[in-house]
Amino acid sequence: MLEVQNLSMRFGGLLAVDEVSLDVQEHEIVSIIGPNGAGKTTVFNCMSGFYKPTGGKILFEGKEVQGKPDYKISRLGMVRTFQHVRLFSQMTVVENLLVAQHRHLNTNLISGLIKTPSYRTKEQKSLDRAAYWLDRVGLLDLANREAGNLAYGQQRRLEIARCMVTEPKLLMLDEPAAGLNPAETKELNQLIISLKEDYNVSVVLIEHDMSLVMDISDRINVINQGRPLASGTPEEIRQNDDVIKAYLGEA
Amino acid sequence: MAANNFRHALFCAFITLIISYPIIGFNLEAQGINVTLTGADATTIVMVLLAAVIVFLFQMFREQIMGGLKSIPHPLPQSNKEPMAENRRAKIESWVLTGIVVLALFWPFFVSRGSVDLATLVLIYVMLALGLNVVVGLAGLLDLGYVAFYAVGAYTFALLSQYTGISFWLALPIGALLAALFGLVLGFPVLRLRGDYLAIVTLGFGEIIRILLNNWTTLTGGPNGIGGIPDPTLFGMEFGRRVKEEGNTSFHETFGIAYSGEHKVIFLYLIALVLAVFTALVIRRFMRMPVGRAWEALREDEIAARSLGLSRTAVKLSAFTIGAFFAGFAGTVFASKQGFISPESFVFLESAIILAIVVLGGMGSQIGVVLAAIAVTILPELAREFSEYRMLIFGAAMVLMMVWRPQGLMPMRRIHIELKRQE
Ligand SMILES: Nc1ncnc2c1ncn2[C@@H]1O[C@H](COP(=O)(O)OP(=O)(O)O)[C@@H](O)[C@H]1O
Ligand SMILES: [Mg+2]
Repeated sequence: MLEVQNLSMRFGGLLAVDEVSLDVQEHEIVSIIGPNGAGKTTVFNCMSGFYKPTGGKILFEGKEVQGKPDYKISRLGMVRTFQHVRLFSQMTVVENLLVAQHRHLNTNLISGLIKTPSYRTKEQKSLDRAAYWLDRVGLLDLANREAGNLAYGQQRRLEIARCMVTEPKLLMLDEPAAGLNPAETKELNQLIISLKEDYNVSVVLIEHDMSLVMDISDRINVINQGRPLASGTPEEIRQNDDVIKAYLGEA
Repeated sequence: MAANNFRHALFCAFITLIISYPIIGFNLEAQGINVTLTGADATTIVMVLLAAVIVFLFQMFREQIMGGLKSIPHPLPQSNKEPMAENRRAKIESWVLTGIVVLALFWPFFVSRGSVDLATLVLIYVMLALGLNVVVGLAGLLDLGYVAFYAVGAYTFALLSQYTGISFWLALPIGALLAALFGLVLGFPVLRLRGDYLAIVTLGFGEIIRILLNNWTTLTGGPNGIGGIPDPTLFGMEFGRRVKEEGNTSFHETFGIAYSGEHKVIFLYLIALVLAVFTALVIRRFMRMPVGRAWEALREDEIAARSLGLSRTAVKLSAFTIGAFFAGFAGTVFASKQGFISPESFVFLESAIILAIVVLGGMGSQIGVVLAAIAVTILPELAREFSEYRMLIFGAAMVLMMVWRPQGLMPMRRIHIELKRQE
């Protein structure tokens, strides 16, 4: 469903991403790994429309999306989280999820002002969807807390829930386990698998936690200094000499 | 550290001296056809020196002073307490609000004409501040030229009444819609800018509109303004002593009561009250709708908002346009109340006052904004002997607010949403 072909991104003299290719099939978890500064986040930024890539193509469900504005890409069903959590921190937890559903509630101003029956139905639906996902990530009891007051692990889960209420087809997670304790990482592990199994989303995952990556990935892409180094199943990656030398070896 | 402080304080004192001495000390005096420059007399020099010393001391001990200010007991101690149960609070709040509106409905019949007139002005500011609150408080767009939309509303009514004899009731929606249209058109190129840049450009827009009104004499009458703006009518009844418009009747004759100038003032007040309540209700509703949440989301984290499919331009424009709409509303009422308008009513100071109301009231909070509007409009009237120092007091109040309660008199409280557990 997603195909990245020879993606390049240049910042002035720095070639942050150099001819990176990857593809994601339906119902798949694909990971991108590589040392810090390898260009992983930059790949995400190109895919999600924050940067306009300087070279290459990005095809989502057969359509070219590179260079499209970010909000349009998100509306196509490609939604991301951020390496550093980005919540609407002064809004409550449930409001965070309602913001994400503005498209499901895309009615005109007047029908909202006078609360037409169809508006009410849609509003109730989005509240129910929010409740469902909060329950799913264990935050339902905190629904009316300010998002900024949540613990770090809870913020991470809220960010994922906020993506899920948009009903995406492809979820991009940028280091979701960073800063989590082992128990939380395990929960995250299960959550990501369940997203694929039960909700039929494909996942692109950037992650440093090797056990997590090896555990849940169907395929892994390694990049190093902007260049693709290897790609394959976790088993293949584990045994790849280049990868061991460049990345796993030093860890 | 101390030496650094000392140097800084000395520098500030020096700046105070070289700025205030020429401005306050020197006087140009006309003697016949000659202009002579006279120096300052002794008291002025002493005052200027005193000011420099105060500045020096303040800057020298700035940290201690600011620390001291912060440690002064909180003016509103209950604001730190645990909130009461959510549904009880909501109930009390709605009762209190209803009570205030009912009181406001009957109040004008028992007080002087001047008070009612002033109250009408307060209500106009309430409308303006509620509208600006959408732009600044909710959407986080610093708009320093808000008065331009107020002017558009007022001039729309004034010009239409002059050229077509339109009535207040027809002008009200037209003025508001035209102001909204201006907001849309002006907003489009401007809203790409952020923060300070946006503030400066909107400031410029405000001035451009005012200067345009001032110089386009053939249409707007320039600095002379436009007069003879009609009062509102009540189902075709006029409030003047004599009926001006063909086909209208007069209020006091219809009801067989003696003519009184107060009827008109009270009627205008009631209109302003209804419109202010309407404005508050509509904006309150918006805040609980997807648009309102989108405004806040974009203010909180633009990148995250965009990553969830919110279009930055559309969201910002909607805030700008809706804010302008209510300014147009207020402008129409203002034109009708004054009966005469000129560009002088739409100077930058007005924008600054409206903005101050929003900041004092607590960005995003409606009750706070209403309280602040009352305070900012009425206090200068009560303390007329201090009118020279009005801006000084104003500035001091703002600084104190920033130290004590940067979130405003009544910071916005999030609404509580009940969720049912799904299967
Ligand atoms: N907006 C930008 N401007 C300039 N350089 C950037 C920008 N974004 C990322 N880079 C550079 O690109 C390289 C890759 O960064 P990044 O994609 O964040 O790495 P990773 O996520 O793999 O740790 C880094 O050297 C970084 O400094
Ligand atoms: Mg990164």
